[in-house]
Amino acid sequence: MFQLTGEGLIELNVNGETRKALVRPADTLLFALRERLGLTGAKPGCENGDCGACTVLVDGWPIKSCLMLAVEAVGREIQTVEGLNGAPIQKAFVDKFAFQCGYCTSGFIMNCQGLINIHPDASDEVMQEWLQSNICRCTSYQEITEAIKSVLITENT
Amino acid sequence: MTSIAIGKDIIRKEAWDKVTGRALYNADYASPGLMHGVLVTSTCAHGLIKSMDYSEAQQMPGVKAILTGDYHPMLTGPVIEDRPPLARDKVRYYGEPVALVIANSKAEAAAAASKIKIQYENLPTVDKPSAAMSKEAPLVHEHIDQYRHVIPEVYPQANSNIVHQVKIRKGDMNKGWQASEVTVEGEFFLPQADHIAMETRNTRAEILPSGDIIVHSSSQAPFGVRKLISQHFGVDLGKVVVNVPLVGGGYGGKAPIQMEFLAVMASQAVGGRPVLIANTREQDISASPSKLSLEAKVKLGASRDGILQAGEYTFIVGTGAYADSGPRMTGSMASNCTGPYKLDNVWCDAYCVYTNHTYATAYRGFGHTSFTFAVERAMDKLAAALNLDPVELRRKNLIKAGDTSPSQVILTPSRLGDVAQCLDKVEKLINWSEGSRVEIDNNRIRAKGVACLWKTSDSPTDAIAAAIVAFNSDGSINLNVGAVEIGPATKTTLAQILAEKMKMDVNRVHVEMEVNTRVSPHHWKTVASMSTYMVGRAVEEAAKDAINQIISLAAIAMKCSPEDLALGQEQVYLKDDPNIYIDLAHIAHGYKYPGGNTIGSQVIGRGTYVMPHLSSLDRENGKGKPGPYWTPGAQAVEVELNLADYTYKILRAATVLDAGKVINPKSAKGVVMGGMSMGLGLGSRESFIYDQEQELQNTSLRSYKVLRIGEQPEYLVDWVETPNANAPFGARGIGEHGIVAIHAALVNALSRAAQVELDQVPVIPELIWQKREEEKA
Repeated sequence: MFQLTGEGLIELNVNGETRKALVRPADTLLFALRERLGLTGAKPGCENGDCGACTVLVDGWPIKSCLMLAVEAVGREIQTVEGLNGAPIQKAFVDKFAFQCGYCTSGFIMNCQGLINIHPDASDEVMQEWLQSNICRCTSYQEITEAIKSVLITENT
Repeated sequence: MTSIAIGKDIIRKEAWDKVTGRALYNADYASPGLMHGVLVTSTCAHGLIKSMDYSEAQQMPGVKAILTGDYHPMLTGPVIEDRPPLARDKVRYYGEPVALVIANSKAEAAAAASKIKIQYENLPTVDKPSAAMSKEAPLVHEHIDQYRHVIPEVYPQANSNIVHQVKIRKGDMNKGWQASEVTVEGEFFLPQADHIAMETRNTRAEILPSGDIIVHSSSQAPFGVRKLISQHFGVDLGKVVVNVPLVGGGYGGKAPIQMEFLAVMASQAVGGRPVLIANTREQDISASPSKLSLEAKVKLGASRDGILQAGEYTFIVGTGAYADSGPRMTGSMASNCTGPYKLDNVWCDAYCVYTNHTYATAYRGFGHTSFTFAVERAMDKLAAALNLDPVELRRKNLIKAGDTSPSQVILTPSRLGDVAQCLDKVEKLINWSEGSRVEIDNNRIRAKGVACLWKTSDSPTDAIAAAIVAFNSDGSINLNVGAVEIGPATKTTLAQILAEKMKMDVNRVHVEMEVNTRVSPHHWKTVASMSTYMVGRAVEEAAKDAINQIISLAAIAMKCSPEDLALGQEQVYLKDDPNIYIDLAHIAHGYKYPGGNTIGSQVIGRGTYVMPHLSSLDRENGKGKPGPYWTPGAQAVEVELNLADYTYKILRAATVLDAGKVINPKSAKGVVMGGMSMGLGLGSRESFIYDQEQELQNTSLRSYKVLRIGEQPEYLVDWVETPNANAPFGARGIGEHGIVAIHAALVNALSRAAQVELDQVPVIPELIWQKREEEKA
């Protein structure tokens, strides 16, 4: 079993690369991504698991990176918004004007991407259940709903 | 003529940066050697600081300094200076910053902060605005009469909690009441709430050996920050540099200046090194300023035929423990107190009072959401008393050109817009004629509510804006303005205005997203839905200046009179033969003759703007011009209430605004829908909950509930376009307006559905149940 006492160097598999990060046992994955690896797409919004702005994919599943310790992510595949390259959901967010200030966008997009990976044919109910873990304060959610539905439908047909 | 950029759904310039995680916000900038400040906040709502023991904290690893209110004592505030950045001697609200720990890492600072022990001696608290007015009320500030006034028009009353009062006296109330065959009265309460910008407020500051103070902040007011840092730290204005990158939501909450004082103090304490202070969500809710609370009384009188004859309004505005912009909002509410209705006899007393709650600041709508709720609920009561349809009553009384506002501004089509058309359109959008209350089955009722709104800038009379339009050698443009991009695509809208004026592709207008007060031209603040208007006017003027330079130079190059030339598609061409032209690229940095001689140089256009003829409100009667024009509108909501448990669904929400001219339809629609979304949150679930000791209970997003996906209704948005003669392409501000009357429309619908008078927000099922039970008893 992996053990860390005091500050230590860990290896994280992020966006297909192996990256080294100096962390404390208490440091969150969000902290390691932002402060150690310079991946600032994931945002702190509440650091309490309530807002979803820090969402990344871990082994394909959306995880609030403020609720996961960096050391827990060792040996797992982490994907951040910086690791998405021209995913349809990104274009859908642009086309549908599904953001304004953009601060929640990375987290929303990663949660959407997780949904697209795992439930490409998600019903409205499933989509809402997933995306209710994220907060957007600028838009009305109508735009985000349109964006995710356009991708779910596209991938279905 | 067809437009090039105006009226087009241009995708925001920074869109791709935002969907790839590459857009940078203030706390995303790494800075080697950055130190971290963590706040210690008050656990007591009103009390004397008896002792503070930070001996243990000082010994903790990584700790560099611990600041308390004695470190750099000062009082701050945009209207009246009443607030110490760190509490001194006493605390006035739960969450008030009392100490600041600076350490090498955030974890070390937080660990040390938790070791500071503070003892308070509790004082009696002021728990609501009306309680603040009582003669026996505890004083939140003992020396209210000794504070420095930043603006002359603020009138605190000694030995009271009243920090400001605004009076509106228009017409003859006796005459008005005599002509009123029907009168209604209502009392309304709107609690405090939070902005909940997804990016919590954060600032980093450093002081260079040259004495320059460099501030990086998530702020809506970089020039305001610069001014106050300069004043309070005794440094020349030009030596303070404030940088603001993209901001993760503001809604007014990032217009006040709080973190910036603390960050500069922190840097000072560690020899000028850079220090970042970032709020936790809990601090952002409890320590940083929030939305005001309001207790309102509205009395309306009308003749039997439904024509308003008299209106009397009492607003007790709770600004929390410190004034901040509370007095300004109080003025804003009073000067627009009637809503968009014609009333010749108006009496308004608006008081801005201290309570022992988190202090208040600007919140989308600048007080309008609160008083509009009171007015629009009163209008529905009046409609019921007159047995008139609520839409019909409103239509009979809508304000028109030729009428005057409560502060006696003479209204013109340009200044006012056309609220009647807004109401007509919203009535159709929500399909009012099918019935405003329909019983679906034994338990389910569908009902609709409507409400009207208006809002102007309520800005300082000397607020200015400017723009710099600098040409690149390829003929493209760099646009530099002092407005901050907080979300509504302000910078893209300004690029559209510039592209249209230059008759060129908007993709060839490059906009600097960041604001740097040493580089960017001035802009008052990115607030009040005024940036498109104010900065847009400056951009128009800068475009005109640039075009003059371009045409003059082209005239020389083309050996003709400037009058014979026109500009378009990055070419200057002969009006009578567009095939004879010179490319803008060949003159944008001077024109080079075939032999090499060059005349002219870089084309740089400059533009400035100040709103004309604004004036302060008269102390005795409130007369004055609070803004350059109004944006009026009408909103409607349809709900489905379940009588079995009083839960309800918001089915549809509609807004029609007179936007003057819609510059970017998709962005504009999004901003208005977002406003409705926030307003429906306020109407249905959001509020601060204080316990008996006035300790704020819901400081996290787990307990402070906001709307989430799937809870939203179907949103409907439409426009009226009555141009404002002074505005770029006639465009009126629309940034705030979607929120203003939407919770009034929601609660009008719910009151109709439940057949009880709901006169407060948020309306949760329990409140409906309670009112129904009271009704039965």
